[in-house]
Amino acid sequence: MTAIAHVPPTGGTATPPPEPGRSNKLTPYFLLLPAGLALLVFFVLPILTLINTSLQSGGLEEGYTFTWSFSNYWDVWVDYWPQFLRSFVYAGSATVLAILIAYPIAYMIAFKAGQWRSILLVLIIAPFFTSFLIRTLAWTTILSDTGPVTSFFRSIHVLALTDWIGLTSDSRILATPLAVILGLTYNFLPFMTLPLYASLEKQDPGLLQAAGDLYASSWQGFWKITWPLSLPGVISGTLLTFIPAAGDYVNATFLGSMRESMTGNAIDALFLRIRDYSHAAALSVSLMAAIVVLVIYYVRRSGTEDLV
Amino acid sequence: MTAVKESDPYAPTEFRPKKVGFGRWVREHLVTFFGILGLLYLFAPIFVVIVFSFNKPKGLFNYTFTEFSFDAWTGVCDVPGMCDSLWLSIRIAFFSTLAATILGTIAAFALVRHKFRGRGFANILIFVPMATPEVVVGSSLLVLFVNMGVPLGQLTIWIAHTMFCLSFVIVTVKARLVGLDPRLEQAAQDLYANRVQTFFRITFPLIMPGVVAAAMLSFSLSFDDFIITNFNSGSEVTFPMFVWGTSKKALPPQINVIGTAMLLIALFVVIVGRAIGKRRAR
Amino acid sequence: MTAADLNTGTGGLKIRGLHKHYGTFTAVDGIDLDVPEGSFFALLGPSGCGKTTTLRMVAGLEEPTAGEIMIGGKDISRQRPYQRPVNTVFQSYALFPHMTIFENVAFGLRRRKVDGVDAKVKEMLDLVEMGHLAHRKPTQLSGGQQQRIAVVRALVNKPKVLLLDEPLGALDLKLRRQMQLELKRIQTEVGITFIHVTHDQEEAMTMADTIAVLNKGKVEQMGAPVDLYENPRTAFVAGFLGQTNLLTAKVVGTSGDVLTTDFHGIKITMPVSRMAATTQEVEVGVRPEKIHIAELGEAPVGRNVVDGVIIDASFIGVSTQYVIRTLADAEEEITVFTQNSSTSLRRVGETVSAYWHPDHTFGLHEGAWQEAEAAEVAS
Repeated sequence: MTAIAHVPPTGGTATPPPEPGRSNKLTPYFLLLPAGLALLVFFVLPILTLINTSLQSGGLEEGYTFTWSFSNYWDVWVDYWPQFLRSFVYAGSATVLAILIAYPIAYMIAFKAGQWRSILLVLIIAPFFTSFLIRTLAWTTILSDTGPVTSFFRSIHVLALTDWIGLTSDSRILATPLAVILGLTYNFLPFMTLPLYASLEKQDPGLLQAAGDLYASSWQGFWKITWPLSLPGVISGTLLTFIPAAGDYVNATFLGSMRESMTGNAIDALFLRIRDYSHAAALSVSLMAAIVVLVIYYVRRSGTEDLV
Repeated sequence: MTAVKESDPYAPTEFRPKKVGFGRWVREHLVTFFGILGLLYLFAPIFVVIVFSFNKPKGLFNYTFTEFSFDAWTGVCDVPGMCDSLWLSIRIAFFSTLAATILGTIAAFALVRHKFRGRGFANILIFVPMATPEVVVGSSLLVLFVNMGVPLGQLTIWIAHTMFCLSFVIVTVKARLVGLDPRLEQAAQDLYANRVQTFFRITFPLIMPGVVAAAMLSFSLSFDDFIITNFNSGSEVTFPMFVWGTSKKALPPQINVIGTAMLLIALFVVIVGRAIGKRRAR
Repeated sequence: MTAADLNTGTGGLKIRGLHKHYGTFTAVDGIDLDVPEGSFFALLGPSGCGKTTTLRMVAGLEEPTAGEIMIGGKDISRQRPYQRPVNTVFQSYALFPHMTIFENVAFGLRRRKVDGVDAKVKEMLDLVEMGHLAHRKPTQLSGGQQQRIAVVRALVNKPKVLLLDEPLGALDLKLRRQMQLELKRIQTEVGITFIHVTHDQEEAMTMADTIAVLNKGKVEQMGAPVDLYENPRTAFVAGFLGQTNLLTAKVVGTSGDVLTTDFHGIKITMPVSRMAATTQEVEVGVRPEKIHIAELGEAPVGRNVVDGVIIDASFIGVSTQYVIRTLADAEEEITVFTQNSSTSLRRVGETVSAYWHPDHTFGLHEGAWQEAEAAEVAS
């Protein structure tokens, strides 16, 4: 006989709230009202305004009018498709790199760190606390043309290879796609490491022992047990890395050159310098739409729609 | 049990301990090796930030280490405009944290403790801002403010920061509330505590760590935000805006001093927080 | 109600027509209970039977859909939990993790602004010999210690009724036995009415003066443990409280106090009062330990006798369990527990006579064996 808790079936939640029936039906709406209103007015409404603006035509002098001008979208595609593609290629590369770098870190902390575990976790979060911009600027020092990193890779002819495939140029790292991708990877690495750690830490080490007992080599044990069970962490880490990376333009500005500029650079320039709001909005909406489509496709493929 | 020794399928076959060879040692420590490499990658820039805060650069740019000096630490505010921007960032981070924490905690209660029509929609509404790229959030707010004729400035920065911190606060406090056994509150009511007493003596002390964590997260998000602020700041200059603006003209080591100080303060807060948590659990 | 009159007045708990619906689901379906003051009362049933919901309604943690809950003649069913003269020992204890043991126990007294908190808390902690742990936090205590604190935290308020919601569920078997005795001792010492919710029939029978067996939101049968066990009135009670043998039979007549049934030509008799069914087709029941085994045809006169073949024998130390297939109907089997007072065991394949006293027989309605079997699985 087991001690099974007797719970009245209220349809989902394990235990009903403190005083069900007594609380007014409107209470949750009142509690939610301030935050909900803030999100509706300052998130949903702006997005709608943005979409509206993206379909306007006109200019700063003569004023904007709503004309269903889908041509704005065509215009920005023609003008900015390289930036647009770069955003997704760079963000995608950075995400893959982040998985490759974060997985051993998370694995080590979860299974090998022992008493160092909590200290290492604090250290993983620590970079969050120095300014994002300052950290990115520090990479310009590390990757500078005369610095040790560049000299080292130049001397072992790695840069000649990356030059050849177009990741770098002129045997330098700074102001090349490689620098931007490395910066993006670095900046969002904690967002990949923490979900991975969370999904690895939950795993019972007994599972791997059981796999070993059932004739799996440690390599097979990893691919058949550890990796599939860590997929939720991989998926949320991927989203947390890819989405901000695709919209970022700080890395492209500090670590890249004009040749590496991304969608974010274009949106920033269109809004704040050129002040062509309708085209800027069209580009912004395009970015958001592309990301939403990609994310939905990705989440569907990985079969975890309950992620949200 | 004597004659069948050769054919006994249950007899232990491998008695000799495996020699721990070099290849095996490498395989076992490969993960740790790559993990440590990854950590180095993570810490390299921070190391640079700290070291270069003690630099005395020759030119305007703090790119090469020339001379060890405390000048930047002793004269933090010597860089014109930097400390003003720092102060503005702190003020905005404080007020947006305050607003986001209060609104977010209340909303988290509604979402965890009540079942109501539209809860799924509310959850999506809270999730989507976190999954939207900052450029889109920032530019859409800019368009709204321009259309409504709201002058860009501290108010618009505060609104923007409160908005994007809100989702993070709600998610963090929600996690803590879900883990709170409702029976504790029922026990308090059973022991003659009315609703107000129950909230202040049981519920709030128990979700406090979650609220504090949410507030700290919110503060650092707000303090460090550049992209959203860039679109909505008008002529106001927050600290990240200052760094962005100055990076093209000059990079004084004082910027590294601020970066290092932020790290130290954050580590101090985390360590003290953990110590308090441990003492409480004892 | 003020703090002062929480402790005055007499009378136990009275429940009338209690209902609780969750949407279309009925958790409690019309319960009437009378719990005399100072008794140890158990609500027993499988999970989902409505026992915890009933308890929570008494505590004020759920609002009844309909019905009355009275303590000392006063309806409390619309009062808030903190206004009721009842206290609860929660499942998994619900000790406040951020307070010391002392503060946990003092919590209720402080809310009611009672004088002499320190002395009262100390006295209660001493009752369970835990005074030396007063300044620890709940997480530093063992399961058994937490359990005692949960009881003491409720009892210190001198409630009129103490509600215990599966309080021993989280403890291991040995500790559970020990705590059963201790709870019984505490109850005798303080004389407060205890209402104990459990799904463990042994626990209920060990501790309670009166048991109400609940099934599907209704009271199946209420009475002293012995009555429930010896004379179950429903198939559910027969199956839920221990094992039972049921044979399909026909009522052939009554003479005076004795009712006679026919099982494939074999006469089985029982007291009229022990027959719960009114139809002709019935099932006759007898507990396995009431049956004796004799050589074929050597059963004493005046007993109910059924002959059969032993098809299984399992030795369990103090007793042996036999399964006998009746000769009269190969579909029917009888389980017998015999004390191992002699060393001679019967062998599988032997044909024997199984017999028992008519007074140990009880009668249930037709088809009861299926319900009893289901209840046995649920217990």
